[in-house]
Amino acid sequence: MPMASISPFLDQLWIARFVILKGLGATVSISLLAIIVGSLLGVLVGLALVYGNRILRLIVRAYTDFIRGTPVLVLVLASYYVLSTVGIELGPFQAGVLALAVFCSSHVGEIVRGGLQAIPVGQTEAAKAIGLTFGQTFAYVLWPQALRQFLPAWVNTAAEMVKASTLLSVIGVAELLLRTQEIISRNFMSLQFYFFAGLLYFVINYGIERFGKYVERKTAVPS
Amino acid sequence: MGYTLNFAAVWRSFDQLLEGLLLSLGLAFVSIAIGAALGLLVAFALTSKSGWVQRPAALYVTIIRNLPILVLVLFAFFALPQLGVRLGKIQSFIGVLSIYSGAYLAEVFRAGLLSIQKGLTEAGLAIGLTPTQIRVSIITPLMLRNVLPSLSSTIISLFKDTSLAAAIAVPELTFEARKINVESFRVIETWLVASGLYVATCSVLAALMRVVERRLAVPR
Repeated sequence: MPMASISPFLDQLWIARFVILKGLGATVSISLLAIIVGSLLGVLVGLALVYGNRILRLIVRAYTDFIRGTPVLVLVLASYYVLSTVGIELGPFQAGVLALAVFCSSHVGEIVRGGLQAIPVGQTEAAKAIGLTFGQTFAYVLWPQALRQFLPAWVNTAAEMVKASTLLSVIGVAELLLRTQEIISRNFMSLQFYFFAGLLYFVINYGIERFGKYVERKTAVPS
Repeated sequence: MGYTLNFAAVWRSFDQLLEGLLLSLGLAFVSIAIGAALGLLVAFALTSKSGWVQRPAALYVTIIRNLPILVLVLFAFFALPQLGVRLGKIQSFIGVLSIYSGAYLAEVFRAGLLSIQKGLTEAGLAIGLTPTQIRVSIITPLMLRNVLPSLSSTIISLFKDTSLAAAIAVPELTFEARKINVESFRVIETWLVASGLYVATCSVLAALMRVVERRLAVPR
């Protein structure tokens, strides 16, 4: 980039500062909402996959396989267009967040399932032997160990959600990427502003990645 | 609700969806092949002892893995022309997905390389092979066998990323589905069939990878 083009870019960046901040705010709230709703749903999915009876397991397995086999963009588009067709009036924001939360739930579900299944059966047997009920076994023996297993993977999923939030721009949700496109359509500085948006996404995700590494160290079983 | 499913419009345009799926598979195949070659080189660089080799490779992987692919796709198609790099939409998307695949596959391969015992390299040196010969004929084949399970899920996830080509109007499956959706208003039917095609393709890919895995399993 020639030096001469830096100064006009900074001028444009200053003009667009509130637009970018608004977009950033939307990106953060979309990601947070999707992670919270998706994780709650995902824990239920994971529990159903491990402890459900045969029929429940079959249904939940079909749900996760279907969601995991479909690209997130298709989930977002389908959620936006299908829900309005069947008379559920959701704006693009709600429909998009719903799609991301569903996507998140399938990932978290698999993570929870993996975490729970990685615990040796002997632990449950030992708990039974000392007279714990299933609820107690779960709360005091299984869940804490599973949590330690899946926290790092869960933090990764959070970074995935931030990246996936860009897809909501396609259905017109004014998050960071769509705001950036709006700015570019006014000043035609596509190189500079896409680069800047990329930088912001990188900073957020790199922060989450570092946090994930930290959690991994903190929760590692001392050896 | 009062909505009756009617797949007629979707079946009429089913050829379009299949052509889109074929293009999706083509995009995935070419990009992942380039990405795998790139990823292998980067993985060797990542495990190199020399900081001059290791650091740039680590930088590339960190940058790409922390960027949303949609930003990369839009950047390559709309911003690169400002630097005089003008690519068609298909070439530009393949370029992006290759670079993106390269970073993810490099991580998969790196984990595989770390799992290979040093004794093999030493044995290769002892029988007079050059380091390159050792990498090509001993380490890489063994590493590939070891990483097949995680390779399979990475490949499937990369295949799903071809849907983002729709954002720059590449006529792959998602783009075709959107077109049929707009033309026919059979919203539910279109998205059901499109997702069904993606899910089916992913299952076939997963099954194929499992067969390869079983065939190549290291005998115990």
